[in-house]
Amino acid sequence: MVSYQHFMSTVQLGIKTLLLHKLRSGLTMMGIIFGVCSVIAMLAIGEGASYEAQERIKALGSNNIIVRSVKPPEQDRESNNSSGRSRGIRYGLSYDDTARIYSTIPGVERVLPMRIIREKIRFYEMELPCQVVGTLSFYPDIVSIDLVSGRFISPMDEVYKQNVCVLTTSLAQRLFPYHDPLKQIIKIAGNYYKVVGLVREINTPGDRPQTGETEGETMENNVYIPLATAKSRFGETIIKRTGNTINSETVQVHEIRVQMKDHLFVESADPQIRTLLSRFHKDVDYEITVPLQLLRQAEATKRMFNIVLGSIAAISLLVGGIGIMNIMLANVTERTREIGVRRALGAKKSDITTQFLVETVVLSVGGGLIGVIVGVITPYIVTAMTDMNTIVTFWSVSLAFGISGAVGVVFGIYPANAAASLDPIEALRHE
Amino acid sequence: MGDDIEVMALRGVNVDIFQGEYVAIMGPSGSGKSTMLNLLGCLDRPTAGAYWLGGEDVAKMGDDSLSDVRGRRIGFIFQSYNLIAQLTVLENIQVPLFYQGKSMQESYDRCAELATLVGLGDRLTHRPNQLSGGQQQRVAIARSLVNDPLMILADEPTGNLDSKTGLEVLDLIDDLNDSGKTIVLVTHDNYVAERAHRVIHMKDGLVDRIEVKRAPGEARKKINKRR
Repeated sequence: MVSYQHFMSTVQLGIKTLLLHKLRSGLTMMGIIFGVCSVIAMLAIGEGASYEAQERIKALGSNNIIVRSVKPPEQDRESNNSSGRSRGIRYGLSYDDTARIYSTIPGVERVLPMRIIREKIRFYEMELPCQVVGTLSFYPDIVSIDLVSGRFISPMDEVYKQNVCVLTTSLAQRLFPYHDPLKQIIKIAGNYYKVVGLVREINTPGDRPQTGETEGETMENNVYIPLATAKSRFGETIIKRTGNTINSETVQVHEIRVQMKDHLFVESADPQIRTLLSRFHKDVDYEITVPLQLLRQAEATKRMFNIVLGSIAAISLLVGGIGIMNIMLANVTERTREIGVRRALGAKKSDITTQFLVETVVLSVGGGLIGVIVGVITPYIVTAMTDMNTIVTFWSVSLAFGISGAVGVVFGIYPANAAASLDPIEALRHE
Repeated sequence: MGDDIEVMALRGVNVDIFQGEYVAIMGPSGSGKSTMLNLLGCLDRPTAGAYWLGGEDVAKMGDDSLSDVRGRRIGFIFQSYNLIAQLTVLENIQVPLFYQGKSMQESYDRCAELATLVGLGDRLTHRPNQLSGGQQQRVAIARSLVNDPLMILADEPTGNLDSKTGLEVLDLIDDLNDSGKTIVLVTHDNYVAERAHRVIHMKDGLVDRIEVKRAPGEARKKINKRR
């Protein structure tokens, strides 16, 4: 059994021998360096991208099912043909749908209907675009938002159709640069509302939960008012004028958020809601989003991505390993005489195997270490130069480093055995 | 390897070499003296017969045991020095001890001492390519002594040296013999062989004749003139 000290001397000797040919050793290591570096960097970028996507989906709530009103495509075409006239279309979800979902789908905890109207919010001469969301008091329990100050809409506001509103902090900052927003009176579409609270959306920027007709709008311009207030102040028909065409859209409910008791109910509830709605809707004027399914898809995509990256990494490390083996075989031939001398001076076959294996592993592990350093730095550069989010995980670093070590052993065994099996007499005679 | 023709390099050789003896082996090329040397150095095993070295029959040993015997009992001096290029003078001397499991620190003192003995005490950190041929051969001699061997095998130790440095190296080998080391030296040079106690002349794989130059303890003839 070789002692630890003895082994360390072998490692020292290996490093010394490799340093004798710095350029050659450096070039040989390149394969491993690039392999390890690309594994870590690519996995970091992949991890960052999927993390962002997953966070966004999680913010929608994995127990939730989102049903939105969408304008059916056929009606869209008809309204375009009849230009110059006024016409009204009626589509989307209704309060009846809300009640039906609540009473028939098993496992439903709560159903939240919402009206979403694009408007302008005014405070004295300051005017900003906003998105009025008519909703109920338990909205914060379903959608992840933080109450920053004041209060959210209360059940009493709903019953008495109070003219109160809750603003998002980002909208409040722009609307009230010099005032405390609480208890200020603002004006939306001819009506006055008192600001009773401020909320901050937990969702990451770029989240678009209220898609459909408000595509591209983020939650940062939201103004929350009681649903009953929205019903009585805005009505159900919204009239838009574009040129000499007047379009009116009648939508009762823009969005229904269905919260299930447990995420186990989510997947069975999705087809049930579809079947239920299809009975009462001639056209498909709604869309159903299941965040849990999106999450599953995102995870599946991530797995695919990891497999692809893994194969690329495996190939690049394989190429690096073959490069190392090639050099080591040349090395053995070049040092045949030395091997003969060592054998004559008492080295066993195993000593020669160890010596060459150690050299190969030093090369690959050294390359692996440099690769890890470069690979950990690269994602930071990527994040700094682009807006991409990157996450360097511990497992990706250890995986890449582990593989580089394994490559050294696997591709080192053959040259080392070739060296050890040389006949000492032949080796001594070698020129 | 079935097509190989079996060549009997040595046939019926029976030689005793005694402790403290200085034996030269001579013969034309193809006479089997290299094979003889390989057998004596435990680099090769005889296909038949026995080789007793210090009370052990080496002929029946496995590869690892042979390595061990080489490392402990035999010192090699080669014609082309065979120092390891990437190691310093000191490290080259340490190699045999390294394979016996001694650490570099343990063997430092002994190796430095041997380097001083061969006159290279001030060159411990030099590499072989920074030394002259004579100096390299001195390092090789120091290396052959480091494991305190039963026998030192020298294969044409002066073959690559000019006559002056060759004589210096031979004098050094004489000194080793005087201090009790057994020397077996292969040469084709009569002047070199003159220094031995006995000369084994080989021919066609057989011992042709054994020539006794001097009795043990008898002073060797001084031959310092040019070849």
